[in-house]
Amino acid sequence: MSEDGLEGIVKELRREIGEDLRHSGPWDRGMQCEVERSHLAGAVGTLIAKHGASMVSMHATDDRQSRGSFALHYLLSFPSKRELLMLSGETDGSFTSLTPQIYHANWYEREVMDMFGLVATGHPDPRPLVLHDGWYKGSHPLRKHIGCDDGLAPERRRYEFNVLKGDGVFEVPVGPVHAGVIEPGHFRFSAAGESILNLEVRLGYVHRGVEKCLEGAPPGRALRMTERISGDNGVAHSLAFCQAYEAGHDVPPRAQYARCILAELERVYNHLGDIAGLALDTAFAVPAADIYALREVMLGLNARITGHRMLWGAVTLGGTRDLLSEADVDDVQGTLMKVGNELRTSVERMRSSPSFMDRVDTTGIVEEKVARDLRVVGPIGRASGQDLDVRRDHPYEAYSKLNFRVPLFREGDVSARMNVRVQEVDESISLVMEALDRMPSGGGSSRPGPPRDGVHVGLVEAPSGELVHIIHTEGGKVVRHKVRDPSFCNWPAIQEAVLGDIVPDFPLINKSFSLSYAGNDL
Amino acid sequence: MMQSMLFKKRRTLSLRELLDQRVGCPLADPLICDMCGKCSEACPTQAISVSDRWSVDLGKCLWCGDCLETCEKGALSMAGGCEAAGRRQDLILSAETERSALRLKDETRKVLGRSLAIREVDAGSCNGCEVEVNSLSNPMYDLERFGIRMVASPRHADMLLVTGPVTRNMLPALMKTYAATPEPKLIAALGTCAISGCPFGNSYASGKGVSDVLPVDIFIPGCPPHPRTIIMALLEALGRLQVT
Repeated sequence: MSEDGLEGIVKELRREIGEDLRHSGPWDRGMQCEVERSHLAGAVGTLIAKHGASMVSMHATDDRQSRGSFALHYLLSFPSKRELLMLSGETDGSFTSLTPQIYHANWYEREVMDMFGLVATGHPDPRPLVLHDGWYKGSHPLRKHIGCDDGLAPERRRYEFNVLKGDGVFEVPVGPVHAGVIEPGHFRFSAAGESILNLEVRLGYVHRGVEKCLEGAPPGRALRMTERISGDNGVAHSLAFCQAYEAGHDVPPRAQYARCILAELERVYNHLGDIAGLALDTAFAVPAADIYALREVMLGLNARITGHRMLWGAVTLGGTRDLLSEADVDDVQGTLMKVGNELRTSVERMRSSPSFMDRVDTTGIVEEKVARDLRVVGPIGRASGQDLDVRRDHPYEAYSKLNFRVPLFREGDVSARMNVRVQEVDESISLVMEALDRMPSGGGSSRPGPPRDGVHVGLVEAPSGELVHIIHTEGGKVVRHKVRDPSFCNWPAIQEAVLGDIVPDFPLINKSFSLSYAGNDL
Repeated sequence: MMQSMLFKKRRTLSLRELLDQRVGCPLADPLICDMCGKCSEACPTQAISVSDRWSVDLGKCLWCGDCLETCEKGALSMAGGCEAAGRRQDLILSAETERSALRLKDETRKVLGRSLAIREVDAGSCNGCEVEVNSLSNPMYDLERFGIRMVASPRHADMLLVTGPVTRNMLPALMKTYAATPEPKLIAALGTCAISGCPFGNSYASGKGVSDVLPVDIFIPGCPPHPRTIIMALLEALGRLQVT
């Protein structure tokens, strides 16, 4: 039924552009189409405007050696359809910017401009996104002739911030080295008194060249690298890579359940840290200490069952390590029951404090329309009415066999984001319990061969939202590895959320977003 | 509710409990190991060498356990001890290695030994190290009871705790932070990236660790380092504890 739907959409596209739809066909995740370059932007625009598609990711590849040009790839999803559409097209020096119509295309296009040197014509804000001042003379790191360890010649240029000017309006620069123990990023506020009139986020400080390093890396090494793209979402990143690399290879049933359990344990400790952070940032020390202690309990549990406090190393290509002996199962069940109960007490304590509620209610609102236009994902999106959850919409591993609810709120403030996380912890705990009950015995590992040539996608719901890994393979080797962390979608939203709030509320709003800098910068 | 808050059991780990906690690292049993080199091939960061004897470089190790999985003879286990070092070469371990104690200059210990103010600088970490540095402040580890605290500005700091391989985009900020820290100051490289740059280091965008750009006094191994390793490293370096 839904397959027909996607085919219908592609047929309609063919009616519109005829022969210029060069190729279309089934794909392991839905359908794959290639359109003539002059129709690329138009086709994506039509699919989004007419069929309600949304852009899950967009990236470029340097195919000049094999096909003589660059190519752009748009990964689109459609409401109520589980299949994805990968729309590709060749391009040379420039392509038409979609940002004027589709707001969430903004950072993707700026990233392509930085990394490939392709120009998005008509882009309203073509400033560099990842590459800072003092970099690169005409060299764009993801072009093929540049090696991973090439030193690139510097060029002096100056990044201009968007600054508001007017009587009594002043600028507050913050970062990249912050007061707390967090990752580096620069925030430039324009404020009148305490009210924030404008915020510009400048990131890229932790750009390590992840995508380039992953090109051609042996799969075993690549797996360990993906765990370290954004450490607190390490299991999710490694699962997304495995899903792409395994491409259709069946993982043993026990490993499917074990992977779900690992992913949910990761979600629990992340959400606990985020909830505790809200208590800490509102100077509510007792629940902060209590919930941080619960997170420590979870990290200890992780270490007992996998040997690593953040669960890294437990996922292997084709399965998992030998995990969850009977004693471990008891340990997980007992610990999770305790954590769930104690979290409820602490959250009750937070909610019954008027001074806490005063800080979080109506603070840092992301309107539903803003969330939709920017395609905000994960708990941030679900706090603003965006009913997206990869586990339900594009089930992977054993999720289709497990029962869970996806919490949804519409208020879009700090309080709603906290509520989403609190309820998700409960859901995750019951998910783990159910998975432990139903997990079959037997082996948990297998050896997948290298994927066949083509494009493969891994789509996973990380603790911070929808995470995508896309690999292009040739001769069993990964020639391009695109990573799209959920934070890449969510960062632009924080610039909208703070407007009208006061500068001292920014740390609280930032905490409620809990965005990864490392995952965004790559 | 008050009652539950007032009569909660102590959760903070005592120094004895911390000392008894064991943080392991891969180590080959020389009686079983036949130096076949399979673990070395399986290691994603080439941390294991079998050239003349089996050794592992804790500055490169990711604690992924891939070496343990490949060893058919069962010679490998997490039997090694993961402890900090004052010199880079002291992080290379084999079964025969005698651990050399971590000790700062007497003068530095005298000035900073009783209380230490730390500024954490992320120079390109994946945020795994930040997770564990934040764990230092939770009620279990409670770093502040030792007179060691995290401060908000390098101008208040005695030590810079640097994570990440030092990315090109963070290098200017790291150097400015170093310049803003008053003398005497210490530099600690925290985690595999900060020590050797692995796994993403030495690319067009990032360096090979902190010691390439700043004089490092303490190397704290781990990916990410266990809070226990961090606390022990700091106490030992300040001469507050003999760790053997």
